[in-house]
Order: sequence, then C-alpha cells, then structure tokens
Amino acid sequence: MTLMVPAVDVAALKDTTLLNMGIFALFVAVTMVIVLRASRNNKTAADYYAAGRSFSGSQNGTAIAGDYLSAASFLGITGAIAINGYDGFMYSIGFLVAWLVALLLVAELLRNTGKFTMADVLSFRLKQRPVRIAAAISTLAVCFFYLLAQMAGAGSLISLLLGISDWGGQALVIVVVGALMIMYVLIGGMKGTTWVQIIKAMLLIAGAAVMTFWVLAIYGFNLSDLLGGAVETAKNPAVLNPGLQYGKSDTSKLDFMSLGLALVLGTAALPHVLMRFYTVPTAKEARKSVVWSIWLIGIFYLFTLVLGYGAAALVGADTIKSAPGGVNSAAPLLAFHLGGPLLLGFISAVAFATILAVVAGLTITAAASFAHDIYANVIAKGKADPETEVKVARRTVIVIGILAIVGGIFANGQNVAFLVALAFAVAASANLPTIVYSLFWRKFTTQGAIWSMYGGLGSAIILIALSPVVSGAKTSMIPGANFAVFPLSNPGIVSIPLAFFLGWLGTVLDKKLEDTTKQAEMEVRSLTGVGAEKATNH
Amino acid sequence: MGHDAQDTDAAASVDFKEVQSTERFQELRKRHRSFVFPMAIAFLLWYFAYVLLADYAVGFMSTKVWGNINIGLILGLLQFVSTFAITGWYVSYSNRKLDPIASEIRHEIEGHEFDKHGNPVSGTAQ
Repeated sequence: MTLMVPAVDVAALKDTTLLNMGIFALFVAVTMVIVLRASRNNKTAADYYAAGRSFSGSQNGTAIAGDYLSAASFLGITGAIAINGYDGFMYSIGFLVAWLVALLLVAELLRNTGKFTMADVLSFRLKQRPVRIAAAISTLAVCFFYLLAQMAGAGSLISLLLGISDWGGQALVIVVVGALMIMYVLIGGMKGTTWVQIIKAMLLIAGAAVMTFWVLAIYGFNLSDLLGGAVETAKNPAVLNPGLQYGKSDTSKLDFMSLGLALVLGTAALPHVLMRFYTVPTAKEARKSVVWSIWLIGIFYLFTLVLGYGAAALVGADTIKSAPGGVNSAAPLLAFHLGGPLLLGFISAVAFATILAVVAGLTITAAASFAHDIYANVIAKGKADPETEVKVARRTVIVIGILAIVGGIFANGQNVAFLVALAFAVAASANLPTIVYSLFWRKFTTQGAIWSMYGGLGSAIILIALSPVVSGAKTSMIPGANFAVFPLSNPGIVSIPLAFFLGWLGTVLDKKLEDTTKQAEMEVRSLTGVGAEKATNH
Repeated sequence: MGHDAQDTDAAASVDFKEVQSTERFQELRKRHRSFVFPMAIAFLLWYFAYVLLADYAVGFMSTKVWGNINIGLILGLLQFVSTFAITGWYVSYSNRKLDPIASEIRHEIEGHEFDKHGNPVSGTAQ
C-alpha cells in the first residue's frame, strides 16, 4: 500500500473558522433549548443538585462518560499517543481500570448513604462541622485543578481553530467559553447539565468512531500496518515501546509509577463524578450507570489508541508540535487530514462542547459543595431553607466561573491530560482514603478523617508547587524561577500513601470513640439502601 | 444532625444496631466484602504489575509478537479485557447474591420490623 503523507497545512485552517463557529453555534443553540426545557421543573435543592434523582442508569452512565471523556481524554490522550507513543496509552489504561475502584468499592454504597455531595457520606457518622469543611475544601481544590485543565484545553483548541496565537485573543475566547458555561449551570442546574453531557457524550463517541473507522480503513483494517505507518512517519521504532517519555532516567521511571497510582485511585474520588451517582433513583441504577460508563469509556479509549497512532502516522509528531495548540491539537489536525474542513469543524465543535459540558459539571459540583456543605450546614448550621441554599449555589456558580476563566487564561498551553492527572492525584490523596475508611472501617474516627484529608490535600498541593511542573524546567508554568526541590511531576506516589497512613494514625491515636449507632446506621443504609431518597416525579 | 435524616421517614425510628446484628445482615456484609475486597486487590495487583513491566521491563514489553504488535500492546489491551470481564462478573454476582437479600432486609425495615418503639412486628414483611 502506498501512502502519501501530505503535510497538513496548518495555515489553511483559518479559512474554516466561519464553518467551525457555525457548527459550534448550532450546538449551543440546540443544547440551550434543551436546558431551558429541562429546567422548567427545577424547584427544590434535590432538583437543582441531583436532577430530582430522575435519571435512569443508562442515561446517567452516558452522562458520567460525558463528564469523564473530557478534553483530557480526547485531545490530551490522542496528543500524548501521537507524540510519545506507547507512554500516552498508559493514560487510557489508568483512566479506565480506575472505574473498577468506583464500581466495586464506592458507587452503590455512596448512593445509598448520601444525598447531594461527597461530604454527606464522609460526615455521616463523624463530627459534622470539621469533616464537612475539610471535604468541601478538598472538593473545591480538586474542581479547581480540573477546571484549569479544561480551560487550558479550550485555549489550545481556539488557538488552533482561529489561528489566534496572541495572548489577548485566546484570553477573550476563554472568557466567552466561561460565560456560556455560567449560563448553562445557572439556567439548567444538574438536570440541564446532565442532558448536555448526554448529547455531548454521544456526539463525541460517534465522532471518534467515524475517525477511527476512517483511519483503520486507510490501513486496510490492519492494526499492525497502522503502527508501522506511525513508526515510518516518526522514523523511530520506539514509539511502539514503553519508555519514550518516562524511560529516560530513574526519576522519570518513578514519575511514571506515581502517575499510574494517581490515575487508578483518582477516579473514585473525583467529586464531580461522585455527585453524578445521586442523580439516579437507586443503588441498582447507580451500578448500572457505572457499568454503562465503563463500556462507553473503554470503547472510547480503544478509539483514542487508533486516533493517536493515526495522528502520528498521517499528520506526524513534528507538525502537531509546531501547530498552534501544540500536543493538544493532534485530534483536530487528524480530523482535518481525513475529512477536511467539515470534519474538523464537527470534531472541534464536539471538543468545544466537551469542554463546556465538563466545566459546567465541575462548576455545579463545586457550587453544590459550597452551598450545601459550607453555607447550609456550617454557616447556617442546618437551618437554611432550601431556597436560600439554591440561591447561594447559583451565586457560587458565578464566582467559580470567574475563577475558572482567570485560571484558564494562565494555564494555557500545558498538556491537558497531564493537568487532569494532577487533579486525579489531589483527589486520590485528599478524598479516597477517607471515603474507603468511612465505608469499610468500623473504628475510623473524625481525627483520622481530618488528618487524612488535610494531610493528603496539603502534601499533594505542596509537592506540585515544589515540582518541575511549576518551576525549574522549560515547560514549567513559571519557567524563569527554580524552586523545584521535588523531582517528580506527579505527587501521587508520596501523597496517596501518606494520606492513607495519616487516616490510620489519626484514628488509632484518637482517644474519642465515634457513635456506634451512627456506624450501624451507615453500614445498614449503605448495603441495603433503606431510606435512600427515591426519585421525585415531575 | 438532622440534615442526614433522609427525606423518607421509613428509617426514622429504626434500631439500626439490631438490624446490623441480625444474621442475615452479617451474611450480606460478608458476601459483599468477600467479593469486592479480593477482586479489588487482584485487579490492582494486575494493573501495577503491568505498570511496573512497562516501566522497568521495556525490552520484554517491546518484543514483537505479530507484525508490529508487541507484548506491551497485548498486555495493555488485556487490561481492557479484564476490566470489562470484572465488571460483568460483579454485576452478575450482585444480581444473584446481593440484591435479593438486600431488598429483603430493606422491605423488613420499611415494614417497621425493627422499630425502636414497641416489639418487632411479627408476620411477613409488607
């Protein structure tokens, strides 16, 4: 088979700007109508945060897949495989296997014990105030890191599509994306954002499926030939082997382990994913949603393997790296190579929608956590009426939206999958030990929870601040300075075990015992689902 | 701590310690843990074995098996297969071994058999 590998003319992308904007505007218009219709019945807090618990397992599963298949999965992983070959594939595997932690240990038990937020579960049988505050702080921190990644993705995408490479232009587009996102969340609440996620997940998977089929067709449906094509374009057989990115030194190998640990333990501790389990009526539906999302996500990651190597073979790593948007531009460039401006427009609109929808999901999680955990339960001491709580949540949405816009402007240019991996590390360190202990360890105490959450959160963030991500390397956020005393770019290998250890230590050193009646209640509720709020009918 | 009393009142006056101490609840707990714990340990070990191989046994992982397809790619794809398989296995186990007993206990609690005030109601649930 003779293959021509024509250089993708990046400059020609500018001619397609109008088309891209048109497709994107159409998506916004259609979803906005759906959000408006869905929001007619948003009356109570359960409606606003948990969509009235009225979604079915398969609908919610698709929405979870939508939340999870963020710009990181699509743009980030495809780019990582296109440039680093096999090491990029690692992300997909870690992101997928992680779902088993959620399925086996967390999803159903959490659905049965909580109401709106992660803190509901963590503070169920421990002291309300300190545990709720800690859980809310870590929720906000994880959402913030995740938001940064999505906004950075938005910046990359825009700069590629519109050929905007100046700082001001990109910043303006990030402001527009942020403003749209605030509107979705304010109007639609959880129900509206869930519908946006469902539509977007289907479009994204369909788009990726078409591209995968196309790439495979070019290589006669022979995976080996596709890999051969990638080797030929890269002129480096090592793209098929592990170690291209992480095999350079002992430190980088350790970094790879750290990344692997954070990926597999992070998912079941992501607040915006956990909150989705409350939108279904029963634990059985929660299980169905996880199963549904595991299939969708797994199949999608198999697509990204083909797309990543496809981009490496047909577009070439050098073209991708030098395009505006860098690594994150592999998938859109591949779309342009395959289907010209129309496919590029479609794929970019879907990627945009992805960012918009994920940002909306994150924002509502952060807002719910602030309004429900900090405002209603700590400031108003449980006496706030639900209407005021929702009002506070809506105001929080605006504040978080503005923070995300500002953060996104500064995080522009980093690999999105990499930034998301940091959010995973923070989530796995701050939340997972306390979730697991409080669900499964009878003796777990408030002190253990507090030590583990603050210890995990603090160590993860401090280690990131002292790592090459922030300073000391060419690719750092502050390239001019060097205070990178911690050599690894992902803190997971230190902060996750530390958080588990602190949870244990805090508990065994705690002289106070927790209420055994509450423990019995939590255990019975978590396994049987008794008293869990049912769906409300509209 | 009124906030976490859920909106349904069925569970409001239940003696959860009594439920917890029943043989059937203990059986449910045992069945749940005896499946999820070993399974979680198994898939985590398999995952970390894979990560370690990719990290420190590059030569082995790069061994070509068929065309350009090497052991690393096959093991990576097997991670997908095992994830799908464990998912299916857990669903079938829950449907057979966990759900029936869990809903039985739930119906009894909702039928006020474990209320703190007064004696347990005799007779069938619901």
